[in-house]
Parts: sequence; structure tokens; C-alpha cells
Amino acid sequence: MQLQAPGPWSLLLGRLTLDQIPYTNPILQVTFAVAALVGLAVVGVVLYYKKVGYLWREWLTTVDHKKIGVMYIIVGLVMLFRGFADGLLIRTQQVLANGPHAAGFLGATHGFLPPFHFDQVYSAHGTIMILFAATPILTGFQNIVVPLQIGARDMAFPYMNAVSLWLTTAAAALVMISLFVGDFSQAGWVGLIPLTELPYSPGTGVDYWMWAIQISSVGTTLNAINMIVTIVDMRAPGMTWFRMPVFSWTTLSTNIIGLTAFPVLGVALALLGADRYLGTHFFTAGMGGNLMLYTNLFWIWGHPEVYFLILPTFGVLSEVIPTFSEKPIFGYVTMVAATFAIAGISWLVWLHHFFTMGSGPDINGFFSVATMLVGIPTGVKVFNWMFTLYRGRISYTVPMLWAMFGLFLLLVGGLTGMMLALPAVNYTVHDSVFVIAHFHCMVLMVVCAGFAGVTYWFPKLFGFRLDEGWGKAFFWTFAIGTITVFTAMFALGFEGETRRLEWTFNTAWKPMLVIEELGMVLYVLSLALFAIMLIVSIRNRNKEHLGSDPWGTSRTLEWLTPTPVPFYNFAVTPQVNTRDELAWRRKHGVEHTKPDAYEEIHMPSNSGLPVILGACAGIWGFAMIWRIWWLAALGLLGIVMIVIIRSFDKNAGYHLQPREIETMERNLTIGSITSEQPDRSHHIPHAEAH
Amino acid sequence: MAQDTALTANTRLFRPGYAGHNQISARTLGFWLYMLSDALLFTALFASYAVLDTPMNAAGGPIASQIVNPVEGFWQTIAILGSVTCYSLATVAMKNGKRGGTALGIIAAIVLAVVFLGFGVNDLTTLAAHGDGMDRSGYLSAYFVLILTHAIHMGIGILWMLVMLVQIPRYGFNEMVVARMLNLRMFWQFQATVWVCVYIYVYMIGA
Repeated sequence: MQLQAPGPWSLLLGRLTLDQIPYTNPILQVTFAVAALVGLAVVGVVLYYKKVGYLWREWLTTVDHKKIGVMYIIVGLVMLFRGFADGLLIRTQQVLANGPHAAGFLGATHGFLPPFHFDQVYSAHGTIMILFAATPILTGFQNIVVPLQIGARDMAFPYMNAVSLWLTTAAAALVMISLFVGDFSQAGWVGLIPLTELPYSPGTGVDYWMWAIQISSVGTTLNAINMIVTIVDMRAPGMTWFRMPVFSWTTLSTNIIGLTAFPVLGVALALLGADRYLGTHFFTAGMGGNLMLYTNLFWIWGHPEVYFLILPTFGVLSEVIPTFSEKPIFGYVTMVAATFAIAGISWLVWLHHFFTMGSGPDINGFFSVATMLVGIPTGVKVFNWMFTLYRGRISYTVPMLWAMFGLFLLLVGGLTGMMLALPAVNYTVHDSVFVIAHFHCMVLMVVCAGFAGVTYWFPKLFGFRLDEGWGKAFFWTFAIGTITVFTAMFALGFEGETRRLEWTFNTAWKPMLVIEELGMVLYVLSLALFAIMLIVSIRNRNKEHLGSDPWGTSRTLEWLTPTPVPFYNFAVTPQVNTRDELAWRRKHGVEHTKPDAYEEIHMPSNSGLPVILGACAGIWGFAMIWRIWWLAALGLLGIVMIVIIRSFDKNAGYHLQPREIETMERNLTIGSITSEQPDRSHHIPHAEAH
Repeated sequence: MAQDTALTANTRLFRPGYAGHNQISARTLGFWLYMLSDALLFTALFASYAVLDTPMNAAGGPIASQIVNPVEGFWQTIAILGSVTCYSLATVAMKNGKRGGTALGIIAAIVLAVVFLGFGVNDLTTLAAHGDGMDRSGYLSAYFVLILTHAIHMGIGILWMLVMLVQIPRYGFNEMVVARMLNLRMFWQFQATVWVCVYIYVYMIGA
């Protein structure tokens, strides 16, 4: 059995030695200094305002779906920033390292990144953007919005929800640690096989990539179970299936995809792990390994994963567009059908990621047609949004602008996707940056819908709006930056630039590379504007007093709750009478009607176990990466013990009394998610009643 | 259109006292969904086995017909189905509120599961001792990992049963204990089902 990787190994620290910390690399020195300063500043602020207890009681141990959602989005935004920094490095390297006479800095022949480092940067960029930025942000929205939209008090399994969050966070932390301890994978975010095998990647980079994805995908699978059960089981009375808002529908379909696709990724990575740790021969070059087995398994997950990302963003658009067109969504039933059609087809198209691998005309033909079929339900959706806009009373607020630009990117990405679905075209532009520009249009559509969602739902949670003026400035710089970068990238694809080049040898590419870099400057500017928008909005938070429906034209149930949403969501469970319940209540003048009386609410208690479990998972991952077997055993033992301890936990929550609720409904800031809740240590255990 | 629902004097806007969902049914549905994901996991492993079950992927090492022993597999099948039966009898005792009978059924289920695992471990260690371990060829990798993944699931089931043996005398049959017992029953039957697939696909077709 091949348990040992080449290089020194000790019982205490495994493969970890001082040489593994790249303290001589100037780029990482600067990164470390910035990260350390930001970290110290956050810790300093928490200590200065004496918020350690608040942070622990109200956030780290919380089981409230809204706070968990907010933390998901914070993790996602931090990783989005990290992924963006990687993108900036890639673009800058390519423009600096253009032509045979390009100067080299910092030990690189051309540009400032040697191939070893550049390969890690693009691998990290892809892994982070897909799995640690887009996925947590969208999961965050689903967590925050779905229980409110269906009139529930929380998710079906609030404790497991926290477990999912902390697993994802632990995995994201592992990716960040790889910056400063050891290396990250150089084999691309897809894990090009057999480059990821031990003989070709003997370092810890692939292990970081593999374990980070593995841990976060367990979190995603648990979250998928949670979302599906919540939607199936916890809808308010009267919320029949076809009264459910489209965002909840897309959440349901996307989590069905997540539940069924992520185990396949888990298997692909586990078998790769067996190759690297146990010396098996699943994907090795020789000894009976099969390279295409990995590629197929990876993309059987990888393509559904794309729709796992895109479907919730369709849901966000389906909420934002009707609200700001002041019309119900056009073709609700076809919208739902199209959602599930896309989810279904997502399982039948994975081979289009490797048309050029020589599967033969029959198989390529099948997958080509299947891929083009996706265009039909997607087209239905786009036309539905168009008809929703048609003769609507449109107001171009910031969320609406993001939604419109998202539609534009969907169109560009979708049409270029149709081109790529043709194997003949695919052979021509295969592996060129044309493909990169195509899928960046799609993923940036996810980002646009993400920002639409952030601006749209922000006031609901926090009780104040994000600044409109700065928000628009942020939007326009981001949108123009996107168009600048990716128009040039499409052109470069036709000029024959292949992807993942650390040295762009053709000087004819220079003008387009410079234009791309200019777009990146706009992106950096937009980032600054985003920060200003946040600061200005927080400073002006008390300027306006918002009612339960800050936009005035919202249609769905989440806007029935007071603003900011109290931690128990609905004081009394609403009765749903129609689709677009809030719009209906507004039409009949009963949207402000309060319940006659309050009653006891049962709430789940907070628990510190999920965050400890996440820490144990992180320790397990780190120890496995560095082959510190004793620590890995401890981490695993910790996880098992926590699961068992939890099963012995009899504390089944507490009850809020009607008079408490009445006080909180009158003075909403007491119950808001950012305030400190009164001490609940005197909770009433009731588990014994059964 | 849905928008035209009329607002009348009888229209309710709130539903005080709405009980919401039932904890056991939510947990059961959640567990079914978990098993769906577990089924996908085994599906991917079976697919990998199918791909690697060729003489080329055996790389000069043994192929299926040289290593699988359907007779031994038959006794394993009897052991695991016996274990499921014992566990089911334990849940019958639970239905009758008998703690002793439930514990007895669980203990018998554990013993038979250990017998099952004993066969498997013996099989794999014998192969490895002859130099036909999982690092010998792509085919043997697929064989070992499929069997071991199932064995790990069995091990987790045994651990779960041990926890239940502590919780039943401690808490009696409260809502949570009953929910765990019912989910464990599904889990256990599911593992037996997976084994039956392994037996047919690997042992019978392979031999």
C-alpha cells in the first residue's frame, strides 16, 4: 500500500515542515500582511466593542435560518473577493507576459507569475468562484427567503442547517489556508486527470483542492435535504403547490439537483483520494486505471452543478421583475414547468464538456441535441420575463438594473452556448478563451442575480435600504467592466488564444489583452463603489423608516413580515388565500391587518455543537492534507462524538410567551436579527412530554 | 386567474394554533432523501465497477471469476438478511412497548452484522495477503472500494445500534428515540438491499 508521498514525513507533523510556508514569495507576503491586518481589525473591533459574547450567542451558535443565510452570504462575498483577486492576477499576468520580449519580474521569465504559481491561481479562481462564492451566496438566499416565502418559522432541521453552514465555512477556510501553508492544486478546478495523481502532483495542492470540495459538498448535500423537506413539509396553510412563489420552486428543483449530483462528485473525489492515499488504480495512467472514468464522473456532477447555480438565479429574477413591473409573473405554470425541464435535462448533457475526447459521432450527436434542448425551457423563461415587463409599470431600481443586465448576459451566454453545443464548432474553438468568455457570461449572470437579490432583500432583514445612488454607480461600473472584459475575450477566442496561458506568446493579442485589463480596472473601481455603498448605507440607516414592504410593490409572503424580520418570522402563521398573497392583500386593503391575538411560539435553542463540528471537519481536512494521521483520527473522532452527543441532547427549544411577542411586535428592533435577544436560559424543556 | 380570489367575511388571514409539521414525518422524509443521495453514491461506485471490470483493467491480475466466491457470498447474504429480520423484530417489540425485546433484537442484529463483516474482512485480507490487494489493478481497486464502502456503512449502522442500546433504557420510547429507530430500520434495510445488488452483480455475474 502506497501510504507515503515523496518527501520528508514525521509522526508529529506529517509532511508539514517550515519550507512549506512560502514566506519568501513577495506576492504572498503582501497578501498575508493584508489578510492579517483585516483579521486583526475584525478581532480588534469585536474586542473593543465587547462583542465576543454577542458574536458567540447570536451568530456562531445560532440556528436561525436568516442569520445562517446572512453568514453564508458573508462567506460567499469574502470568497468572491478572493476569487476576484485571483482573476485580477491572471489578467495582469497575461497582459504583462505578452510576446517573446516581455519582461519578467519576481523570478518569472515573463510577467510576474512563474507557471507553478500561475497554475495554482487559475485553479483556485475556478474552484473558489463556483464552489465557495456562487454556491454559498445562493444557498444563503435560499436559507433566508424560502422559509419566509412559504410562511414557515424556520427550516425543517435548524440544527442541521447550522452544520451545513459550518462545514462550508471550514472548507472555505482550508482554501484560504492553502495560500499560506503549502500550495493549492495546479490541475485546474476540474482536476485534470492524471495530472492530479500522486506521481505528477506529489505536493499537497491537489489534497487541498480535493478535501475542501469534499467537505463543502457534504454541507451542500445536507442543505439540499433540509431545503427539500422544508418546502415539502412546512408550507403555511393554504400555500398549495401552485401558489408557491417561483423562487421557492427553483429552490426545490435546484436542491433536487444538488442532492442527486453531489454524491457523484463525492465518489469521483473519494476514488481520486484512494488513488493518492491508498495506492489504488482507478484513474492512474497504467495498472488498469481509466482516465475517462474520472472525467465522466466529474462532469456527471459538473453539469448539473451549473444548473444548480443558474436555477436559483432564475428564481431571483422571477421575484425581482414582477415586483418592479407591478404585474404578476407571466406564465407562472410554464415557468415552473421550464424550471423542472431544465433540471431534468441537466442530467443528460455532461458529455458536451469533452466533445473532442473522441466518443464518436453518435454519442456526440446525442449530447449535442440534448444540450440544444436546454434552450427551449430557457427560452420559455426569457419570454415569460419579457411578457412580464411588457406593459408593466417598470421602475429601474438597483435590483431591477441588475436583473436586466443578468438577462442580457443570459442571452449572450446562451447564444454562444448554442454555438458550442455543435460538436463541429466545438472542435474549432475547443479549449480557447471563447469557451471561457461563454461560461463567464453565464456565471456573471449568477453574480448579477446575486447582487439583485442582495439589494432586493437587504431591507427586509436589516430594516434599511442600500444606498440607491452608490448602488447605481456600482452597477454601471460593474456592467461596463463585464462587457469590456468579455467582449475582448470572445474576440481573443476567435484569434486562437487557448485557455490557461501563463505566457501569451502572440503579440497580435496585445490590444485585446489591454482592453481586458482596462475592464479589470473597472471591476476594481466597482469593488470600491460597493464598499462605499455599504458604508454610506450603514451610516444613513436611521434616515428612513421602512414599513413591512419597503419597495411598495412586492408580491410574495416574505414581505408580510415586519421590517426588520423578527427572529420568529411570523407572530401568527398566515393563511394563504392565493398566489402572490401580499399583492392580493394590498389590492383588498388588508396588507396591514394584524392578528387579533398572539400565542405561544416554540423556538429551537441555539447550539455550539455545529461550529465545533465544523472546526473538527476543518481539522480532519487539514490533517489529511498534511498526512498527520493522529490529528486526522482526532478530527474524525470529534465529528462522531458530536453527532452522538447531540443525539443525547434533550433540550428541545423554548417557548416565547404571547406578551413577549406583543412587546417585540410593537418595538421591532428588539426582535430584529441584529439585536441581542433576551436570555433564554430559563427555557421550558418539553421533550419529556411524549 | 389566481388573482381573482374574492375577499369575503369568511376569508381568514391568519391561522392561530396552526400545528405545522409533524417532527417524525419531517425526519422520515429527510432520511429518505439522504438515502436517495446514498443510493446515488452506490450507483456511481457500481458504474465505476462496471467500467473497470474488464481483463484490460485487471492489468494481468485476477479477474472477477478468479476471486469471488458465491458460496461464501451466499452465507454473507443470509447473515445480513438475518440481521435485518432481527432488527425488524426489534421494531415489532418497540411497537408493543417492550424495551427488553427491542434490545434483544438489536443485539442479535449486531451479532449477525459482525458475522457478515467477518466474512468480508476475511475475504479482503486473504486477497491482499496473496498480493492481490487494492493496489494491484484497476479492477481490484473497484472491487475493494465497493465492498469497503458498503462495510463502512454497516459499521456506522452498528455504531448507531449501540447508541440506541444506551438510549432506549435511558429515555424509553420518546418521540426522538422512535424516530431514530424507524430511520435506522430504513438505513439497515437499505444496506441489505445494496448488498443484494453487490451479490448479484459482483458475485453471481462475476462467477
